[in-house]
Amino acid sequence: METILNVSHLTKKFGYLTAVKDLSFTIEKGNVYGILGPNGSGKSTTLGIILNVVNRTSGDFSWFDGTTSTHDALKKVGAIIERPNFYPYMNAIQNLRLVCKIKNVPETKIQEKLELVGLWDRRNSKFKTYSLGMKQRMAIASALLNDPEILILDEPTNGLDPQGIHQIREIIKKIASQGTTILLASHLLDEVEKVCSHVIILRKGENLYSGPVDSMLASHGFFELRATQMEQLQELLKKNASFGKIENFNGTITAYLKEEMDAESLNKMLFDKGIVLSHLVKRKESLEEQFLTLTKNQ
Amino acid sequence: MLRLLQIEFIKLWNNRASKVLIISYFVLLTSIALIAAIKFDIGPVQFHLADQGIFNFPYIWHFNTFVTALFKLFLAIVIVSMMSNEYSNKTIKQNLIDGLSKKEFILSKVLTVISFALISTVFVFAVSMILGLVYSDYNEVSIIFSDMEFLPAFFFKLVGFFSFCLFLGILVKRSAFALGFLILWTILEQVAFGLLGWKVMSWESAKAVKRFFPLESMSNLIKEPFTRLSAVQNIGQQIGEDMKFDYHVYWYEFLVVIVWTAIFIYLSYALLKKRDL
Repeated sequence: METILNVSHLTKKFGYLTAVKDLSFTIEKGNVYGILGPNGSGKSTTLGIILNVVNRTSGDFSWFDGTTSTHDALKKVGAIIERPNFYPYMNAIQNLRLVCKIKNVPETKIQEKLELVGLWDRRNSKFKTYSLGMKQRMAIASALLNDPEILILDEPTNGLDPQGIHQIREIIKKIASQGTTILLASHLLDEVEKVCSHVIILRKGENLYSGPVDSMLASHGFFELRATQMEQLQELLKKNASFGKIENFNGTITAYLKEEMDAESLNKMLFDKGIVLSHLVKRKESLEEQFLTLTKNQ
Repeated sequence: MLRLLQIEFIKLWNNRASKVLIISYFVLLTSIALIAAIKFDIGPVQFHLADQGIFNFPYIWHFNTFVTALFKLFLAIVIVSMMSNEYSNKTIKQNLIDGLSKKEFILSKVLTVISFALISTVFVFAVSMILGLVYSDYNEVSIIFSDMEFLPAFFFKLVGFFSFCLFLGILVKRSAFALGFLILWTILEQVAFGLLGWKVMSWESAKAVKRFFPLESMSNLIKEPFTRLSAVQNIGQQIGEDMKFDYHVYWYEFLVVIVWTAIFIYLSYALLKKRDL
């Protein structure tokens, strides 16, 4: 698989504070990556370093095959960091024309990209008159001007209202479906869960996990069960060796699996023992639960 | 190179304040011609400034470059704000992310500064030439084209001054404070000169040292032209004051300004490179 970005042993110190500690990961073409981590875990600093705006203390990173200089590589990258930064006194067209000049690409794509993010009607309004959601969409249009190999988004839905969040997510999904590699930094786990295939989890600048979302935890998932004979059900599950922890919360029993078991066979087994379920769901831990487990273990 | 200039042009020209200041600056440069219209007609005293010889070749090169250099403050505001606005709008970050290298960023600013200085020089040359041809008492080609060193002096003076503005813009990051700092620096140079002459060394050597201060070296390139006017000279002789000053521009004065320019540009680059944005 084609490598887009290779980061090895990256470290950044701000005085005595280590923001990024010996971080290594690789971004392959065609995947959607999420960088997860609580606030202050070094997500933005990492992105700042690979985007040439923050100086690294030690370590290395290389774009594409490592032969192009960082600023030339960035011409093939689309990135939005934290807040959208444009010239407030210029309108959408003027701002995007400037970006085209910097990226050295023709100005023919401006209309297409503004239409993609739904800003074509407001193309002649000054940037400072835009709402936050519009500014964020404008930033996405700008990042897409060069049809980038990789799109880097840092907290793209931060501070937006539900409608704005939805719009941005739809745009991201649309871009991902076109085969563009995406690197999405966020502390909103459901956001990452909805769009990402791979995750990199950071805590205090350290890499806790990097790989596919599915294989993050060696977990077999859990059942949520409800029945009229709750106590018998709980007794029965406790005796069964397939189950580990069993919790009873608000009239719903949550039973964590120690080995693989499908819902059908559990239902059959319980029915044979005379317990009729009124509710049966088999689930995998959500990314949030996995994330919390992972960060707790360390 | 053209690309970098175009980038800067888009940024400047779409900003209304910058546009107004740039246009007013060039209008003011042209308006020096209006001095020709100054006429007093008070009974027996008839005074027409244009007849006093200020537009005579080659004196006009000296006079016009000196006077028009005073207007550079207009462009200084534009330059300081074009640099510090990049910080306050955080667009410098976006520019770098979009693929502009830090070197290109500084280069685009420096090229803009040089273009401003170059256009100003051409402007002053054209205006002086026209004024001279209309009002000068001497129109021999050899006289017209003598003392031309004031034009390169004007150019380097502007480039040097604007590089200082660029550096202040990067250093202070806020245009109002950067302009305040510029004024403060002007005062500091005088204070330093005063202290040197008063406490450290003789006034003679203090004057020599002063010529190496950045702003002082720039203003020293084109010395004041008024005492050179025949009218003023006449008054001087009448009150018994000997007014023989050295007005020439020397190569080492160029050198000092060029060295300062290089230092300011390099420091701007070094500062940008070192900083995390």
